[in-house]
Amino acid sequence: MDSLNSIPVIGIVLQLFEYLITALPFLAHVAVQLAVPICLAALCGVMCERSGVVNIGLEGIMLTCAFTGWFAGALFTGLLGRGTPTSLFGFTMPLLLAVGTAILAGMLMSLLHAWLSISVRADQIIAGAIINIMAIGLTGYLNTLLSTQELASTRSFTALQIPASVVGLPVIGGVINALFGQGPIGVATILIVIVFQIFLFRSRWGLRTRAVGEHPRAAETVGINVILVRYRNVVMSGALAALGGAYLSMEATNSFQAGMTQGRGFIGLAAMIVGRWNPVGAFGAALLFASSQAISQSINISPPAGDLGNLLKNVPPQFFDALPYLITIIVLAGLVGRSIAPAADGRPYERESAS
Amino acid sequence: MSQPKKAWSPASIASRVWSLIAVPILSILMAIVVGAIVIVLSSTLLLKQPMDLTLPITAYAALAQGGLGSYDAFVSTFVLATPLLLAGLGVAIGFKAGLFNIGAQGQFLMGAVGSVAVGVQMAHLPAVIAIPAALLGGMILGAAWGFVPGLLKAISGAHEVVTTIMMNYIALAALTWSVTGPLRQVGAAQPSTATVGAAALPIVLDRSGHIGIFIALAAVPIAWFLLYRTTRGFEIRAVGANPDAARYAGVKPRRLIVLSMSIAGMLAGLAGACTVLGVTHEVNASFSTTVGFDSITVALLGRSNPLGVLFAALLFGEMRAGAGPMQIHAGVPVELVDFIQALILLFLIANVVLRRLLRLRGIAGAEQTGFETITRSYGRETTV
Repeated sequence: MDSLNSIPVIGIVLQLFEYLITALPFLAHVAVQLAVPICLAALCGVMCERSGVVNIGLEGIMLTCAFTGWFAGALFTGLLGRGTPTSLFGFTMPLLLAVGTAILAGMLMSLLHAWLSISVRADQIIAGAIINIMAIGLTGYLNTLLSTQELASTRSFTALQIPASVVGLPVIGGVINALFGQGPIGVATILIVIVFQIFLFRSRWGLRTRAVGEHPRAAETVGINVILVRYRNVVMSGALAALGGAYLSMEATNSFQAGMTQGRGFIGLAAMIVGRWNPVGAFGAALLFASSQAISQSINISPPAGDLGNLLKNVPPQFFDALPYLITIIVLAGLVGRSIAPAADGRPYERESAS
Repeated sequence: MSQPKKAWSPASIASRVWSLIAVPILSILMAIVVGAIVIVLSSTLLLKQPMDLTLPITAYAALAQGGLGSYDAFVSTFVLATPLLLAGLGVAIGFKAGLFNIGAQGQFLMGAVGSVAVGVQMAHLPAVIAIPAALLGGMILGAAWGFVPGLLKAISGAHEVVTTIMMNYIALAALTWSVTGPLRQVGAAQPSTATVGAAALPIVLDRSGHIGIFIALAAVPIAWFLLYRTTRGFEIRAVGANPDAARYAGVKPRRLIVLSMSIAGMLAGLAGACTVLGVTHEVNASFSTTVGFDSITVALLGRSNPLGVLFAALLFGEMRAGAGPMQIHAGVPVELVDFIQALILLFLIANVVLRRLLRLRGIAGAEQTGFETITRSYGRETTV
């Protein structure tokens, strides 16, 4: 092996593989963690766009809900005390109420987007951009205003501890630990992906959603209320983006920073496109984008030894910061032509006026 | 677009002007009112202060004072409007071509990097050479940052809204890298570049009014001429209005998309260059900006018309100049300006509702915002 490793270029590639394989249990676990908010954003996008509404405002919805969840957590903690966390997931009353508040906020923001895109029939991308700017302004404003206040410190959700006997199982143990050794929102995301996939293709709601997104006129002819279906989907999708935001400020950390979503909503949109507007595909794409981030984290924490380590020492850390965005662009540019959006995506629906 | 020729009576001109500016002005006013409500509610509910109905007045007075109250303040309004005007013109040209360039932020940052990289090299050369070279450095890097998403859209149909946002984050990483790495001044305590020396733009007005203000003002007629008096400009507008019709008329939409994105990037890059060469004179790791989103608002509020963009940029330059004094004197965080900005856009886009509420329909007719073409291409294979 050592003789192979000393071959130029190929040796480095071999060492990289070796490193990735040894780091795999860590990588897989971190990648799923990082994929959760991206995946939730992508699912929000899938739910909107399958019914024909483009929602680039989901970045802003996530940011608002990250703030709302964190702030509501502090408020409820102040009112109810910190509470004793349950052994599973570390649930406390204030935390659960805070997640509920965040979801409510997400649905309200989506309602605004729904109203602008469906009723006002405004340009949906501009409506989404407005929601993003509003979220940055409002959360930044409130965060600065609150920085002078003493707020009760909140807890965050804790991860599910997979028993060592299960983790020890070959292959499956690692997979189970990576997927389910997560906090409540992480575990919920994986369940939502599966349920959403089944419902989208196997239920009446899913059929109606897809009909409205592909051919609203035809859907209306068979008695589906296009406007209602779109409103319902967009508002429901707000809950998904809200979970993504709450994940950032309540599960991954227990604090809020201005602009903490850092483009995850947009990476989620790219994941949606790469995943061909399917929940499972979106999850896979989110994992792909997240794994580049996971690899850079892993290299940061335990750098590989030998030639590869020396090589990576010369790579500036900012390269790894930019890597997820770079990969998003490359994958998007490579795949977008073969990934077809719902036919009526982004087009406001106007009822044929009989009067 | 083209309306039947009317007689030029003062009344008809006034009514045409009013129909153009009524909705923007009402949007601004309503945003200010809603902003006032937010100021009162947030200070009462979050800071648990007694309800103070005069607080918005104090805040808005400080906001106005900070940008218009003195010659000094007035000049700083123009200084802050300069990057908004340049980048806003870029976004507006994108809109005209049916492109939504959210990448002004990244293009601005790369413009800053490009100008400082050249400026530091030429810091000891005569200003006549150093200044144009440094400006050009910023324009080229900014244009490159617009060119890439344009090319990707033209080749693969990757939507510019997603790719430009990704380019923004890459630009931020590139800026941090260049400031902590190749461009870092040896011996500086904090990561920072050296100063641009002779490449600094001369100050011609008051204490801060650098010559970039006039570059930005000159860009307004140039952009107007490009859009309305050249073949390329006509083609850009044709592609934006109807890509299919434009293609049948022999226009090559792919090339125009790349061209428009590059011009937009170049203008945003110039904005970054003017900010570095005229204001900061160096770039450090905490170099940040709100130009990205501001320029979108400026372009939308100005209805993508160069003259409209000028007024919108001055308005936001004023708000940026007054935001600091507002936070100091009234304790209202500067981020309120971002929120007001979003509210203006919200009322602008909901103008149908606004017209109905204010019974304006008769005055302005069924005039739309004119941005219906943007989402047409979203996620579609290739529309061009």
